[in-house]
Amino acid sequence: MYRQQILDHYKNPRNYGELDDPSFTHVGENPMCGDALRVDIKLADDDETIEGVSFKGDGCAISQAAASMFSGELRGKTLEDLDAMDRDDVIDLLGVDISPVRVKCAVLAEKIAQDGASIYRGEKEEMEKTTTEE
Amino acid sequence: MFTLEALFSVMSTQRTEALDVERLREDFPILDREVGGDIETPGASPEDDTPLVYLDNGATSQTPERVIDAISTYYREYNSNVHRGVHHLSQEASIAYEAAHERLADFIGANGAEEIVFTKNTTEAMNLIAYSWGLEELGPGDEVVLTEMEHHASLVTWQQIAKKTGADVRYIAIDDEGRLDMDHARELIGEDTEMVSVVHISNVLGTINPIAELADLAHAYDSYVFADGAQAVPNRPVDVGELGADFYAFSGHKMCGPTGIGVLYGREELFEAIDPFLFGGEMIRKVDFEDATWNELPWKFEAGTPPIAEGIALAEATDYIDEIGMEAIQRHETDLADYAMTELEEFDDIEIYGPPRGEDRSGVVSFNLEGVHAHDLASIMNDDAVAIRAGDHCTQPLHEKLGTAASARASFYLYNTKEEVDTLVEAIDSARQLFA
Ligand SMILES: Cc1ncc(COP(=O)(O)O)c(C=O)c1O
Repeated sequence: MYRQQILDHYKNPRNYGELDDPSFTHVGENPMCGDALRVDIKLADDDETIEGVSFKGDGCAISQAAASMFSGELRGKTLEDLDAMDRDDVIDLLGVDISPVRVKCAVLAEKIAQDGASIYRGEKEEMEKTTTEE
Repeated sequence: MFTLEALFSVMSTQRTEALDVERLREDFPILDREVGGDIETPGASPEDDTPLVYLDNGATSQTPERVIDAISTYYREYNSNVHRGVHHLSQEASIAYEAAHERLADFIGANGAEEIVFTKNTTEAMNLIAYSWGLEELGPGDEVVLTEMEHHASLVTWQQIAKKTGADVRYIAIDDEGRLDMDHARELIGEDTEMVSVVHISNVLGTINPIAELADLAHAYDSYVFADGAQAVPNRPVDVGELGADFYAFSGHKMCGPTGIGVLYGREELFEAIDPFLFGGEMIRKVDFEDATWNELPWKFEAGTPPIAEGIALAEATDYIDEIGMEAIQRHETDLADYAMTELEEFDDIEIYGPPRGEDRSGVVSFNLEGVHAHDLASIMNDDAVAIRAGDHCTQPLHEKLGTAASARASFYLYNTKEEVDTLVEAIDSARQLFA
């Protein structure tokens, strides 16, 4: 389950930190591992294309590596693209089989980004945080 | 004159016989299993390629052949409902099921079957008392005293019953090495205390709590003691009388028995006084359209068709571990834990939780490897077919106190070997290398 690529992203996370001027920010956690993440997203002038992504947090290697890979993947995509993504997209990015209980770790960043986008567009009520236990 | 060495050698020959682990392992078919193949279809698969090292006994122990046989003999030869039938099979099943209660009573030093209720597991046993006794007896101003190392089975249960009744929950603190702070216990237990519900042995820390001392404190204020023996009964002699517990609970699946069966012990006069938890068939004596009276103990607390095969198989499991010898099992398990701790202490990047080695503690070793999340560690170890538990082990408040969201836990039983501990340490080392 732990290919070099995952460990590399875990040890040297890409897009780590906070954006100066995000269009929206959302946080979430995976209670099982105690993984916690914050995701910032900056949209282009069309209010649709994702221009910048960053994440920050801590937790297990799967959640952090997935966030690192996912944030890279997201740049240039639209909110609609983001909405259409599902867990298999993240698992494909990780490139390994994820045992069923660890899928929650893998999809944390994706779920946070999707919830954040829905809240931003007013499709979802404001919520304190996303959790993968729902 | 006696030299110290001579004295020690006398003492050590008086120690219980070591277990013949290699022979015992033959009793457990699953220990021959390799893993690593397809997980969608349960059971062995042709792609399995790595011999299993099972170190998750604190969660569930493995099942010896003769317990599996007890279940299959029941279904093959005398499967039928208990208590209600006059026909032959029902009589066989009823006698065996009732004898199972007697066997369990004997095993933990209870007075008889009337003090032994079969439940689904420890959790249900806890809920039974919380709902029947707790909802009835607790009210505003009353206190239930728990510990900071409580399993969710009791912590969440009493928390919710307290919310419903207006009672308060208090927690006896633990010290830095995971022992109960008995000064704090003496402070907390008082006039308002109605129930002291404590874990006998912590499933995370391995701490063995002084139940008898706590019972004395509680009884001085006419309060009851419920000890959660899920981690104690499987691996050491337990005598509820000596402990002074009013209620005591444990699970079959952690003591070589099947899943789906647990035991609630309660002092007979208390069980007499408490109303049933579940209503229905089996638990009644006389019913009319207006009301009902309750069956005698323990059946009053076993509504509906009970876990018959499970109960009979649990009695078989009890015979099995008792024949091996509870002292010998206890020694074997603590020796393995001691060995594991000695090995793990070699590394500065490993933090072990609970009382230090050498102190009286059980066979669970919870730890964290610096820089590697416990779930990552367990996943990596799974690649080497080493089964350990990672997470909060149903003790989130305790983990908060320990300052970590999760820990890894190796827990040993009568069939584990030193070589398996070595494999564990090697697997931890490969995780360390991987994350370095
Ligand atoms: C100390 C303790 N209490 C309670 C339980 C709950 O047991 P069960 O899940 O069988 O109800 C466990 C085991 O999971 C335990 O270790």
